[in-house]
Amino acid sequence: MSKGENLMSGTPYIKNTDLEELKTIAKKIRYNVVKMIGLAKSGHPGGSLSATDIIVALYYKIMNHDPKNPEKKGRDIFVLSKGHACPALYAVLAELGYFDKEELWKLRKVGALLQGHPSISIPGVEASTGSLGQGFSVAVGIALGCKLDGLNNTVYVLLGDGECQEGQVWEAAMAASHYKLDNLIGFVDRNRLQIDGCTEDVMRLDDLKEKFKAFGWDVFEIDGHNFKEIINTVNTAKSLKNGRPKMIIANTIKGKGVSFMEDNIGFHGKAPNEEQLEKALKELS
Amino acid sequence: MKYKLGEKKGMRTAYGETLVKLGKELPNLVVLDADLSGSTKTAMFAKAFPDRFFNVGIAEQNMMSMAAGLAKTGKIVFASTFAMFATGRAWEQIRNSIAYPNLNVKIVATHSGITVGEDGATHQMTEDIAIMRCIPNMRVISPTDYYETKSVIEWCARNEGPVYVRMPRRDTETVFSSEEDAKFQFGKGRILEEGSDLTIVATGEMVPEAIKALELLKEDEIEGQLISMATIKPIDEEMIVNFTNDFIISIEDHNIIGGLGSAIAEVIADHGLNKRLLRIGIRDVFGISGSATDLLKYYGLDGEGIYRRIKEELEKQ
Repeated sequence: MSKGENLMSGTPYIKNTDLEELKTIAKKIRYNVVKMIGLAKSGHPGGSLSATDIIVALYYKIMNHDPKNPEKKGRDIFVLSKGHACPALYAVLAELGYFDKEELWKLRKVGALLQGHPSISIPGVEASTGSLGQGFSVAVGIALGCKLDGLNNTVYVLLGDGECQEGQVWEAAMAASHYKLDNLIGFVDRNRLQIDGCTEDVMRLDDLKEKFKAFGWDVFEIDGHNFKEIINTVNTAKSLKNGRPKMIIANTIKGKGVSFMEDNIGFHGKAPNEEQLEKALKELS
Repeated sequence: MKYKLGEKKGMRTAYGETLVKLGKELPNLVVLDADLSGSTKTAMFAKAFPDRFFNVGIAEQNMMSMAAGLAKTGKIVFASTFAMFATGRAWEQIRNSIAYPNLNVKIVATHSGITVGEDGATHQMTEDIAIMRCIPNMRVISPTDYYETKSVIEWCARNEGPVYVRMPRRDTETVFSSEEDAKFQFGKGRILEEGSDLTIVATGEMVPEAIKALELLKEDEIEGQLISMATIKPIDEEMIVNFTNDFIISIEDHNIIGGLGSAIAEVIADHGLNKRLLRIGIRDVFGISGSATDLLKYYGLDGEGIYRRIKEELEKQ
């Protein structure tokens, strides 16, 4: 793709230097994600790495937010409904200065700021999530509250694909479209794996796109590791003030960035051992 | 007796009326319901403030987490449905979305207890106090009558943090004479009658029944002290520790496991008090269909039944 070319009409121009910068940041975030889970000796590397590019794009290029004033009125809000991917969120928040980076190495330890799943006691974390399905509804409530306040901000929520097996996801999907929340943009991190195996074997999800459409959402499908697609699609979604919430199905690779973790179900909820950690960090350096 | 039973009035009605009053004073108050607004009386608020009322349909789990999201944007949120669905169906949403982040959501549930009546066991919530009481940050209130309900709802709206309020479907006799008379004091038991033979601690709709039982005991020259315990969590520990009578009776329209009686037993045990406690309530069984009046009689929770049960125990002593 040539410099300045847009994937979709009417969307702002993204410089190739920006894309290179985002790739560099994402690599650094992935390094920290793997390191923090390795040091914690527990956590969820697979889903953190598949969601990393989306979270990086949101916090570095899309959202209006202020690390020095996390509660700033009118800010864009991000809810990580697949809370187990929090190492990626924590690494981004730390990098941006929401809290001291040293906190990352104390993840999941007694007395640490960073809990095993997101808690609003952590600066920059907007909702306590991790019990799947709930964060999506919380985001719907936040989007509704922002509309009531007449704010022009956007609320973002990131769901896991396995998470979409929760009934509550569809209760929330109904409510968002019923209350015309076009200030809500969701992502499904479609890495096609869950703890017990492939999502389509455990409990079939396809066609997710049609399902959300049927619930009254505008739906997009992208490569969740392509920054240009992520940013352009969000811009298009934001520009459609048509009373419909937006869902972006982001096709991703679980464990993305670490060769032996990619598409490997073994790394859903298991930390790398010392040898694996060393190997992974070398790949991400 | 200082307190005379008045005409029957609905706590649910008091809830609806108070929401409308508060809606005028608090522009950031919003109300959610899950397709039961006519029964929970949130429909009164919906009519007065349609822009601040949200029906989520028959989807209680989404309602509780959405309530959390709305609270995060600075709203005072009331979320209502029947006690069964509020605390049973959506227990984990209440725990993780609302109580863990300590958000400003008031869960006001109607149709608590056995007196739901004809709908039977699937709709008779007799475990809600137990399962709400064990969640950190959650306060549990069971108002005494129409007037106290008004004061309780007012208190909820003006104090930060999660609260669970339970109230029955049926209309019950008023105990207080006005809202002023009923002014709610959070965390405090209220002495309705003094007596030196025994102490009855009742909560919610059981208070009028306890008053009836007390009058029958009086005919036998047994003088009972009567406490209305509207706040079940935090329980009024100080009051319980200072009880002068040695025979305590707890009365609740709830399973005797985990409810008011258990809360009192915990205080007695914690402080090593030498008290005898008789827990009157639903004795760990599922309910059955019937009218509220017939069911109260069947389970020994009407004035007459309570009186008989206390007499039995006194004869054993």
